Amino acid sequence: MIGAAVLDEATVRAALAGVLDPEIPVVSVVDLGMVETVDVEADRIRVEMLPTFIGCPALDLIRDSVVGRLAGFGRPVEVDFGFRVPWSSDRITDEGREKLRRSGFAPPTADLTATRCPYCGSANIALDNLFGPTQCRSLFYCRGCRQPFEGFKTL
Amino acid sequence: MTALAGELVPATRNGLSLLLLAMADDEFVIGFSDSEWTGIAPMLEEDVAMSSIAQDELGHAQALYGLLAEVVADGRDADAIAYDRPPEGYYHARLLDHPRGDWAHTIARRYLYDTADSVRLEALTGSAHEPLRDLAAKIRREERYHEMHVGAWLERLATTPGEPRRRLLAALGRLAADAATVLAPLPGELSLVMAGIVDAPGDDLDARWRSKIGPTFERLDLPMPPALSDAAGARTGHSDAFRSLHAELTSVRRLEPGATW
Repeated sequence: MIGAAVLDEATVRAALAGVLDPEIPVVSVVDLGMVETVDVEADRIRVEMLPTFIGCPALDLIRDSVVGRLAGFGRPVEVDFGFRVPWSSDRITDEGREKLRRSGFAPPTADLTATRCPYCGSANIALDNLFGPTQCRSLFYCRGCRQPFEGFKTL
Repeated sequence: MTALAGELVPATRNGLSLLLLAMADDEFVIGFSDSEWTGIAPMLEEDVAMSSIAQDELGHAQALYGLLAEVVADGRDADAIAYDRPPEGYYHARLLDHPRGDWAHTIARRYLYDTADSVRLEALTGSAHEPLRDLAAKIRREERYHEMHVGAWLERLATTPGEPRRRLLAALGRLAADAATVLAPLPGELSLVMAGIVDAPGDDLDARWRSKIGPTFERLDLPMPPALSDAAGARTGHSDAFRSLHAELTSVRRLEPGATW
C-alpha cells in the first residue's frame, strides 16, 4: 500500500498525471483537463472525469487505466464520466499544449485561422478537413514546410 | 438540486420520455444512415468527415438513450432501447426515413436536420431537467463542427451551376414534404414547457428554425421547405428504406442476443 495513512487529493492527482491518453499517448488525462473532482474518502476514491467527446471510444480504456493507476492506494476506485461540467479545449493545460505541439499536433486555438504549423510555426497553412482520424482532431497542411499535420479541435 | 426522474409527475415523465426517444432515434438513424458513406464517399476527405460525423451522432444517441433508460426505468439499458425494437417502434422524424441517396441528397438532408436539431438543443439551454440540460450543452459544442461542414457543402452545391445545383434542387424537392418533421409538436410537449424542461412548443421552434435558415435559403435562391401538413404523422409510418436500414443495423445484435462485448 502506498501512503495509505496520509492519502490526499494532491497525491491522487499526481498519480493521475501518469494516465496517458490512449489515442495521443504523450499527454495525460490531467494535461487534457479531463479530471474534474477527486474525492478521497476513508473507504474509497471517487474521480469525476469529463469526456472530451461524448462518443469517444477510448473512455472505457481510460476508466480502466485510472482504476489500475490508483489501485496501489488500496481503496476501491470509482470513476464517473459525466457532463455536469462540459469539457472544453480551454481545459488543456499549457504543459499539455506544449506536449501536443512537440508531438506534431497543433493545440486548439480560439479561432481556426490562429492555428500554426507545429513543426515550423508557419501561419501559411490550409485546413484540409474539419474532421480527422479521431473525433477530436482536424487535418491541416503546412505550405511553409510542406508537411501535413493534425490539430486538436476547438470545443 | 438535480431534477431526478423519480420526482417527475407522470404527464411530464411521459412527455420527457417521448422527447428523449425522438432525439435519440433521430441521432441514431442519421448516424447509421450517414455511416453508409464510409468507404464510398465522393472523395477521401469526405469519407473521413462523414465517418467522423456519424461516430459523433451515434455517441449522442448512446448518451440520450442512457438518459431515457433512467427516465423510463423499466430495466432496459441504452443498448436494449437502441436495438431491441421492431422498425415500427422507432420514433425518428420522417425526414430521416429517406434512403441515403446521392451526395447532394445527403447534404440537403443533413442541412435540414442539423439546423433543426440545433434549434431543439438551444431550447434546452435552461432546461429544468439538469441531466438533459448538461448533455444538450455538450452536444452543441460538437454539432458546431457539423454545421460548419454541411453549411460549406450546401453553399458549394448551390452556387455551382449545372449538375451540382440541379441535384441539390432535386434533393430539396424530394425532401420538402418531410423537411419540417424534426420540430413537429410532440404529444405532451405542453407539460414539458410548463415544467421548464423545454423553453417553447414545437410550433415556436419551427418558427425559430425558419428564421435561422431563411437568410441562407434566400441568398442561395433555394426554395424554403413548406409548412408541415401532417404533424401527427411526423414520426410514424416508417418507410421501406428504413426497414432495410433497421435490418442492417440490428443484424449483429440479433446474431447472438444477450452477448456481451
